Amino acid sequence: MERRLITLWRIIHTGIVNFMRNVTLAVAAIAVMVVTLTIILFSLITNATFENTIAQITNKISISAYLEDTTTEAQAKVLVAQLKKQPSVHRVQYLNKDAALKAYIAQNKNNQNLITAAATVGNPIPATIQIYPSDLNEIQHIKDILTTPENTKLQTPGSPSYNGDRKQAIDNITHATNVLRKIGVVTVIVFAIICALIIFNTIQMAIFNRRDEITIMRLLGAGTGYIRGPFVVESAIYGLLSAVFSILIINSAFLASSNALQASSLGLLDINYASQYFDAHFFQLLTLQIAIGIIIGTASSVIATHRYLKFKTK
Amino acid sequence: MILLDRVTKKYVRSEGTALDRISLHVEPKEFVIVIGQSGAGKTTLLRLLTREERPTSGKIIIGSIDYDKLKDKDIPLLRRKIGVVFQDFKLLPNKTVYENVAFALEIVGVSNREIRHTVPKVLNIVNLKGKEDRMPRQLSGGERQRVAIARAIVRQPRILIADEPTGNLDPKHAWDVIKVLEKINRYGTTVLLTTHNRDIVDKLKRRVVVIQGGKVTSDRASAGYKH
Ligand SMILES: Nc1ncnc2c1ncn2[C@@H]1O[C@H](COP(=O)(O)OP(=O)(O)OP(=O)(O)O)[C@@H](O)[C@H]1O
Ligand SMILES: [Mg+2]
Repeated sequence: MERRLITLWRIIHTGIVNFMRNVTLAVAAIAVMVVTLTIILFSLITNATFENTIAQITNKISISAYLEDTTTEAQAKVLVAQLKKQPSVHRVQYLNKDAALKAYIAQNKNNQNLITAAATVGNPIPATIQIYPSDLNEIQHIKDILTTPENTKLQTPGSPSYNGDRKQAIDNITHATNVLRKIGVVTVIVFAIICALIIFNTIQMAIFNRRDEITIMRLLGAGTGYIRGPFVVESAIYGLLSAVFSILIINSAFLASSNALQASSLGLLDINYASQYFDAHFFQLLTLQIAIGIIIGTASSVIATHRYLKFKTK
Repeated sequence: MILLDRVTKKYVRSEGTALDRISLHVEPKEFVIVIGQSGAGKTTLLRLLTREERPTSGKIIIGSIDYDKLKDKDIPLLRRKIGVVFQDFKLLPNKTVYENVAFALEIVGVSNREIRHTVPKVLNIVNLKGKEDRMPRQLSGGERQRVAIARAIVRQPRILIADEPTGNLDPKHAWDVIKVLEKINRYGTTVLLTTHNRDIVDKLKRRVVVIQGGKVTSDRASAGYKH
């Protein structure tokens, strides 16, 4: 046990010493890792920002079911309960005739004519169930529930409707967000793979430069772990430092962009949200970056040392 | 005991046969000098013993270890029993003189206290006191060679292989090194020494094995050999 601890300590110590003695190599490797980890981080934040934009669009869209005046409040409650059970439904709001009228008046308070007209007729606004979908793709499912024969009977003709029946627009948005989401996920994955390969290559080069050391240690009778250990420690240090640097770079990028006020949005990319997201998830992102850096770093060094550790075969 | 039985070695990337059916028997605690022209196969012979190379055919046995039955995972254990002074030194370029010698002890799990005690003593024996913190690139050829010797003897191995350990040394230092080898041999280590230095061969009065073109052409005690 004690001997194992000594060995472990020697491996870590040697790794740190080697890191400091190979500064040039370390700087080169870390530079590459910083760039790649920054790309991963950037694509993560971008993806989260797109997700947020999509969520915001989704939030603004609702389906309205207008109820016949003959529909009782009890019947309405049953329908509301049925809708609330659906996982595709994010939120349901029931407005009886009075509440619906108030909402209508509040919405149109600038148009006194409409309000007066509505008042003369006696409340013409039907009771309304407002359904907010959790996902735009689920709108059809919600519509299917509302259009079953018994539910159709409860509603006025022409119900249900998307807010003001902008079906085409909503379908377009749904399609666009779906594409955007897929692009986001694919981008993150592709970048992660490319980055892993680049980091692996860099560490492989660094170890290639020192393959003679490995061969010599082998000839002196050093065990695999004892030779490989310090390289793994060294690569882990690369990973750790690179992760911290990449976070610092993104952080200063946000600081710079928040100083330049007009850069609050770059087309689809909502910089303000991205910055908030970064702040809110700072420690998660830092931990994630460190984990990625260390895992790719150590895995690369384990793989890269393998070939120089092999014994001669016949 | 070292035993080679009709050992042949052909390198993949070379035409001829580096070693051609060599048979050799070395008793424990023996001191054997191997001589032969450049390219005769001396280093190849030593590489087979450390398992740096595998023989094309033939049998090698050291002590109770039959090389045919040696598993890869046991090769480090074998190498820890053998001290080697490599012809090209093979010092670790990123480690200081002290660390190079200490490394040989670290890998066999020697305690820090013992390392601190032993390494300076051995560096003293090879006259490298005061150069502990130098990197190998900051040393002269002869100094590097002496670091290699210190590293090989620091573990007090059962078998010491010294491939041209005096190649870069002036007669005085060369003779110092030979005296160290003799001393180690007196304490019970089997020594295999290759050299081009006739003077050493003549003065040492030990068993001399001559290799020519990969074959043993002579194996006898030099005049006045005592064992
Ligand atoms: N790794 C190798 N690959 C191919 N051929 C080799 C290799 N090592 C040595 N040889 C060849 O094997 C032969 C024996 O070489 P070896 O190094 O054993 O000679 P040596 O007796 O040690 O010579 P020297 O006195 O110059 O050190 C030489 O012809 C050499 O060219
Ligand atoms: Mg040689």
